[in-house]
Amino acid sequence: MLNILWIVMMAGGIIFASFQGTMGAVTETFIDSSTEAVNLCIFMLGVIGVWNGMMEIAVDSGLMEKIAFYMSPLIHWLFPDIPKGHKANEYIAANMAANILGLGWAATPAGLKAMKELQSMNDVGHKECASDMMCSFLVINISSLQLIPINMIAYRSQYGSVNPAAVVFPAICATLISTLAGILFIKGMRIIKRKSRRKY
Amino acid sequence: MKAFLYFSDFIVPFTMFYIIIYGFFQKTDVYESFLKGVQEGFHIVIKIAPTMIALLVSVGIFRASGALSAVSSLLEPFGGLLHIPAELIPVFIVRIFSSSAAVSFVLDIFKEFGPDSSIGMMVSIMMSCTETVIYTITIYYMSIQIKKTRWTLPGALFTTIAGAVASVIITNIII
Repeated sequence: MLNILWIVMMAGGIIFASFQGTMGAVTETFIDSSTEAVNLCIFMLGVIGVWNGMMEIAVDSGLMEKIAFYMSPLIHWLFPDIPKGHKANEYIAANMAANILGLGWAATPAGLKAMKELQSMNDVGHKECASDMMCSFLVINISSLQLIPINMIAYRSQYGSVNPAAVVFPAICATLISTLAGILFIKGMRIIKRKSRRKY
Repeated sequence: MKAFLYFSDFIVPFTMFYIIIYGFFQKTDVYESFLKGVQEGFHIVIKIAPTMIALLVSVGIFRASGALSAVSSLLEPFGGLLHIPAELIPVFIVRIFSSSAAVSFVLDIFKEFGPDSSIGMMVSIMMSCTETVIYTITIYYMSIQIKKTRWTLPGALFTTIAGAVASVIITNIII
C-alpha cells in the first residue's frame, strides 16, 4: 500500500514538476526534506524517550494493570457475549489500558492474544469468518482510545506552535466522541442482530 | 476558549506527577524504570526514522512540484460540501492507511499554515482521535487467519469519520 503511495508521490511529483517547470524546487526539497526528517527524529528522540520512560514507570509500578482491572466492568458491558472470567476479558482490558496510555508496543501483543481467545469461541461456523465479538473489539480498538497525543504535541512544538499542548483537551473530547460512535455502532449491530433472529 | 487551554496545560504535567508518585508508593525503582523506558523510546524512534525520511521527502516533492495543490483544488468541491478545508481530505484518506504517511502530510500543513492556524489545529485533533484503520484490521485478522471481516470496516470507518467531524466542530468552537 505504502509502496504505491510512495511511487505515486515521488514519480508523480517529478513528472508534474517537468510540466510545471518546478524542477528546481523539487531538487531543493529533496535536500531540505531529508534534513528536516533527520532533525525531526533527533527532536523526537528526546520527547518520545521521556514520555516512554514515564510509561515504563506506569507499567512497572502496576498502574497499567490497575487501569485494566478497573476497566473490567466496562469491558463486560461492551462485550457481554464473552463469558465472565474468560481469559479474553483480561487481554482486552490490557489492550485497552495500553491504548489509553498510548503504548502501541504493549497494546498490540495483548490485542493479538485477545483475538486468539475470541477465535477459540468463534460461533460463526467457519474459522475464516470474523465473529461479532471480533468485529466489536476491533471497532472499539480503532475508535482510538489514546488520551494524551504526545507525538502531536511534539510535532506542533517543533513546527513553532505558541502553545503545543493546546491540542490535548480538544483531542480528549474528540477521542471520546469517536469512541462513543464506536460504542453506538456495536450496540446498534447487536440490536439489529437480535431483531433479525427473532424474525426467523 | 480559555477553559480548553487551561485543561490542556494541566493534563501532561499532572499525568507525569501521578505516575511518579504512584510508582513511589508502590516501591518501584522509578528512576531505573524511567531509564529503561527512555531506551525503549529511542528504539521506537530509530525504527521509524527511515520511514519518516522516505515520506517527508516524497510529500515534500509532491508539494514542491505543485501536484499536491492540484489534488487539493480537485477536492475543493467535496470539502465545501462537508464544510471542511480541502487540505484536510488527503490527510484523512492517507490516515486510514498509514500513520507515518499521514504525519508527513500534517507536517506539510504545519509548514504551510502553521500549527496554531485553524486547519493546523483541525489536523492535530484529527490525528489524535483516529487510528490507522486498514493497518490495524490487517494485522489483527491476519494473526488468526480470518479473511471475511464482516462489519469491522464499516464500523471502523464510522468511528473514524465521527472523529474527523468532531475535530472540525471542536476547532470551530475553540478558534
